[in-house]
Amino acid sequence: MTTIEAQRAHHGEGTELPARRKRKRSPYPSWFYLPAALIYGVLFLVPTFASFYFSLTRWTIFDSHFIGFENFVNFFREPALVSGLTHTLVYAVVTSSLKVVLGLLLAVLLTSQIIGRGYLRSVVFFPVLVSTIGVGLTFTVLMNPERGLINESLAAIGVQGPGWLTDPSYALLSVALVDVWKGVGLATLIFIAGIVSIPQEYFEAARVDGASATASFFKIVLPLARPATVTVVILSLIGGLRSFDLIWAMTRGGPGFTSDVIASVIYKQYQAGFYGLSTAGNVILFLVVTAIILPLYWFLSRKEVEL
Amino acid sequence: MTAARRRPRRNYWLSIVAIPVSIVVFLVPFAFIVLTAVKDRQQAALLDFSWPENFQVVQNFVDVVRARDYMLIIAFINSTILTVASVAIMVVLAAMVAYVWQRRKSKWNILINFLVLSGLIIPPAVVPTIWVLQKLGLFRTMPGLILVEVAFGISFAILLFRAFIATIPRELDEAAIIDGASPFRLFFRVIFPLLRSVAITVIVVQSVTVFNDFVNPLYFLPGDQNATVQLTLYNFSSQFTSQYNLLFMNILLITIPPLVMFLFFNRRIVAGMTSGAIKG
Repeated sequence: MTTIEAQRAHHGEGTELPARRKRKRSPYPSWFYLPAALIYGVLFLVPTFASFYFSLTRWTIFDSHFIGFENFVNFFREPALVSGLTHTLVYAVVTSSLKVVLGLLLAVLLTSQIIGRGYLRSVVFFPVLVSTIGVGLTFTVLMNPERGLINESLAAIGVQGPGWLTDPSYALLSVALVDVWKGVGLATLIFIAGIVSIPQEYFEAARVDGASATASFFKIVLPLARPATVTVVILSLIGGLRSFDLIWAMTRGGPGFTSDVIASVIYKQYQAGFYGLSTAGNVILFLVVTAIILPLYWFLSRKEVEL
Repeated sequence: MTAARRRPRRNYWLSIVAIPVSIVVFLVPFAFIVLTAVKDRQQAALLDFSWPENFQVVQNFVDVVRARDYMLIIAFINSTILTVASVAIMVVLAAMVAYVWQRRKSKWNILINFLVLSGLIIPPAVVPTIWVLQKLGLFRTMPGLILVEVAFGISFAILLFRAFIATIPRELDEAAIIDGASPFRLFFRVIFPLLRSVAITVIVVQSVTVFNDFVNPLYFLPGDQNATVQLTLYNFSSQFTSQYNLLFMNILLITIPPLVMFLFFNRRIVAGMTSGAIKG
């Protein structure tokens, strides 16, 4: 047996004193955690815990005044802020469901023996790496209602394009579409990794049994790519709920408040100097994210075990 | 792959559809960026998808670089410092955590798991972070922003390192210990060099993320002198409303670093971003 395991065995039975001496010589020292824990603790954990207190205060960074739940009451009384909450949910659901569906279809396409597969994979993935602000500004120009390329092309085939970002009923969805354009490559990649890991024998067996392509998609690919689906759903929901930069680059929450989400509300309240209210927005975002992600994760991974 | 063997004919048809669609959906926006970036001011203002009448590559480039007292140069320097420093710190610290976390069986492991997942899921609390930075005297400073990027990005790096370290046999540690290596030497001389391939993945993925980050510099490092490249783009977008050629030249310039990363490290990026997809 190896020394480490022997040492560990000794650990269990040994008396307190020698055990302690052994622990000092552990080849895996606890202080390796220390620098990371310090940075993470001070700049992530402390602010997260502090946010719960400061969301209950009227706050000017330098001094805070406890006011109970007034910030939350204000948040839910103000229609512009409440609509931010619904927009966040709509945005997250729309982007993540489109990413799942399109990502899966693209992944099936890009794992088949198609011409130009490498080119297609690169081209679908590249937008993931491009600056969100750059993508946002580019599409703002492309979506210009009168002169933009999209509406000009639509006009050429006789369709009157909508005012993508200027029409209150389309603005949020237009931004969501651009988000899908930028993010679908990552979903596709994750699905490709999932599909490639499915043993070839299953497909061969299905073929011998005379299964159609559709049948093998629904009976083999879909259930066996489930872990990939879980990853895509969780990742894109987290991203969608927290999304800020694309919306800010394209509409700044406008027209009116029709494309405001919680993250942009947080920024606007921060800019206006309402730090307590801004932090209350942060707490609400935290609660929304955990209330959606944790049960969903638990549910999705439980089903996996049953399979 | 399987679909191919079954129905070889279908794929020609699919390719004929897929390639033009991909060009329209994914390449035209990039072509639009490049074309508009080299147009003159009047033609760029038309916002149309057309061939430039006169190419102003050099002049647009010079104009963008010189705008606001060479702000773009300063921004590129700032972004480089930010990216290099935060990714370097992240790689070393994440590897240390992942190593001990993977190797040692302890009751703390559940807590660490919880903390790492929290780091991936929980949206950072913005104003309280500013408050902490201010108390530490790090608000509006580059070191402050570097540490913030480390704190927010380290969870993902730890997970990547941990999965890789699990594949390194423990016998190696034991051999080094028998040879009398201290824990410090064991990690930095024996283990860390073996992490090279996953470290490259972490470096590439995280540098693209940090370089493209807009939100954290916006909150934690305001001010023109401190601008990072994403912020210059955002600031220019209001200034350049009548000069689309310059705006798009700016977009083009800040797209080049990720493009270079993509061309050289395509496989690494793919490996990094899909890891965990199978395990879920």
